[in-house]
Amino acid sequence: MKFRVEPFLWLAFSGGGVMAAMILPVLAFLFALAYPLGWLDPPDHAHLAAVVGHPITFLVLFGAFVMMLIHAAHRFRFTLYDGLQVKHRFLVGAACYGGAAIGALLALHMLGSAT
Amino acid sequence: MSGEDLRYRPPVPVLWWTRKLSYFVFVMRELSSLFIAWLVLYLLLFVRAVADGEAAYDDFLDWATSPWLVVLNVVAFGFLLLHTITWFSLTPQAMVLDVRGRRVPPVAIIGAQYVALGVVSAFVYWLVTR
Repeated sequence: MKFRVEPFLWLAFSGGGVMAAMILPVLAFLFALAYPLGWLDPPDHAHLAAVVGHPITFLVLFGAFVMMLIHAAHRFRFTLYDGLQVKHRFLVGAACYGGAAIGALLALHMLGSAT
Repeated sequence: MSGEDLRYRPPVPVLWWTRKLSYFVFVMRELSSLFIAWLVLYLLLFVRAVADGEAAYDDFLDWATSPWLVVLNVVAFGFLLLHTITWFSLTPQAMVLDVRGRRVPPVAIIGAQYVALGVVSAFVYWLVTR
């Protein structure tokens, strides 16, 4: 049987879609809106540093972020292809998954620096 | 058979999705992907600021009040909600669950996901503020 990468991309797309739907709303609401805009008092730095520095936080965030990035890349690939009629199949795929790969390395670096 | 594919494909206008509300919502839902990627990047920058110490953390919270960033984050949050709502609504179509030979009604699957969203959100809030 020929090995195909497409089913694994769809698997990551679904996993990332679930992650984005379940844990991203609370993170985005708290850290992008409520704390900067003063709707809620931001947590003190020492506590947040301890949470972010915990190995379990690293594993959960790294796994969730990478899946979300693959989800986004996979979906945006079809947005360009079907929505905006950009028919350069290889170029679109390379840009989308390449972007997700760079994002995954960035996630490893930034989450790693906090641990 | 080899060579060029000679079948006729009528050209599709680039703005085909503006003609009908359901097409428009479909493309907006697909576009949520870009904003999800942005929010991941934003959260990574936030984590780095926390790792860099208290001053960097305070600076980041200040930076995040810049008007362009607030607008971007509000728009991104709107797209994220669109993603969450449409994702939950589509799950019963992608996943058919049977319990004791009876099909679980779609509304139960959708409801269960909102309950899970509530539990996850409450846990994250408890973890970062306790």
